[in-house]
Amino acid sequence: MARKILEVNNIETYYDHVRALHGVSFDIEEGSITTILGNNGAGKTTTLNTIMGLLDDQPDKGGITFDGKHIGRKDTEYIVSLGIGYVPEGREVFDELTVKENLLVGAYLRKDRKNISADIQRMFGYFPVLEERISQQAGTLSGGEQQMLAIARALMNRPRLLIMDEPSLGLSPALVKLIFGIIPSIRDAGVTVLLVEQNANMALKTADFGYIMENGRFVHSGRSADLMEDEDVKEFYLGIKMEESVKGEQRYKRKRRWG
Amino acid sequence: MLAQLLITSLVFGSIYALMALAMSITYKASEIPNFAQGEMAMISTYVTFVALSSFGMNFTLAILLTVAFAFVLGILLEFAFLRRAKDPTPLSYIVITIGFQLMLYGLAGWKWGSDQRQINLPFSESKVLYQTDSFAITELNLVTILIAVIVLILIYLLIQKTKLGLAMKACQQNVNAARMNGIPSDRILAISFGISSIVGATAGVLVAPLITLDPTMMWDPLLKGFAAAVLGGMKSLYGVVIGGFLLGIVENLFGFYISIEFKSVVAFLIIVIVLYFRPSGLFDKHYVRKV
Repeated sequence: MARKILEVNNIETYYDHVRALHGVSFDIEEGSITTILGNNGAGKTTTLNTIMGLLDDQPDKGGITFDGKHIGRKDTEYIVSLGIGYVPEGREVFDELTVKENLLVGAYLRKDRKNISADIQRMFGYFPVLEERISQQAGTLSGGEQQMLAIARALMNRPRLLIMDEPSLGLSPALVKLIFGIIPSIRDAGVTVLLVEQNANMALKTADFGYIMENGRFVHSGRSADLMEDEDVKEFYLGIKMEESVKGEQRYKRKRRWG
Repeated sequence: MLAQLLITSLVFGSIYALMALAMSITYKASEIPNFAQGEMAMISTYVTFVALSSFGMNFTLAILLTVAFAFVLGILLEFAFLRRAKDPTPLSYIVITIGFQLMLYGLAGWKWGSDQRQINLPFSESKVLYQTDSFAITELNLVTILIAVIVLILIYLLIQKTKLGLAMKACQQNVNAARMNGIPSDRILAISFGISSIVGATAGVLVAPLITLDPTMMWDPLLKGFAAAVLGGMKSLYGVVIGGFLLGIVENLFGFYISIEFKSVVAFLIIVIVLYFRPSGLFDKHYVRKV
């Protein structure tokens, strides 16, 4: 069994007095691609923001361990410095900085200055279009290019774990394919990947393990190959209809066995 | 006469440009218009004065001391006052800076009184470097303009060419994204306040020999600097500097050709006109964020 790089143990997160996560636990094997699936409002982004220390004084309960070190309630800067790269939902590139400056911001914590330009070249290997845009302001890039830039920026710190929050959001199917195509090569370069997605089909095809989240807790998990065969997952996340007759569906709503 | 007017304009333009730049640096970093900027510069100028007159330090040492003091003062404002605000709104930040301003004003009044003092810089107002029939440049004029230009260039280099500058820009644009990349945003903000305080202190030391040193000395330069910043567009560092020099020129030409009594009013007239026609200033790119 591979080593666990990230262990999340029964965390609870509150927004003011509202509990958003009701005891979430999962772990990530080093060198794997893990995906968390769930609909809008399921708590996926809240889970990630809690891990990254972006919510003040959260998690309220529970612990998070990265590579043996406790990172719950720590400063984001510290968590990033341990080797977690974060690609936030909605990309959040620095609009008025150039592509190159964005990448340099990603390398802010790097001490080995002379390797930085080599790494920038490596990013251009993943995303050639960024090289053409190198001195353009990031705000003028298309959505897909911004997503690529956000991924490249997070990789510039040479993280050991890359967390991506809905990289497919608002992108055309062709671009989604392109971006998901890069994920295995990122893993092959030695980076463990945690992928949070609504696009269950693409995510399960790419990932080794999957977790399914509803209403602030995990309801199902397993190897993604198994999940893809699961009837509930098929119907509610992959959109494959099981019922032969329309009649049966109209009379009652099929119930999920979890939740 | 016009040439002489332009020299005076450039001298005052330098002061306004420095004050405007100081305000703009912190405004860009935090969206807080720092109304304590003037008093921070005033206190820093008193530090130079005390170092020179009371302790008899040499000029370089006194300036180094002032720069260090101004930097610490700026960090103090951010660290001890602004950062402590709970659930802050822009209004509460403004009130905090006004409170800090009054504290410093009270402190200066208590320590040095309202006497008008003479600060003795090693550059003389009476030493004329160059003279023709129509105009003369004094040593003080030249040094003021030169120092202002040097400070402006240093700030430009700091922001465009250094890692600290890049971190400052990143925090200005998206504080969360900056933190996600490992930038300690709180520390960067504090440093921005420190740097802006140094720029303001430069303006204070340069303006002191032109007017007199007393606790109210920076009121006028602060308001003019603020007007210049609004004119140029608070968020464009180039814009506010150009705004500062423009204001210096407009004000002096107006004062000579139209009405000396209303010279000081021009700045506020400009604020009103700019806010009416171009609220984001002459040079600010109106960058609309995509949702």
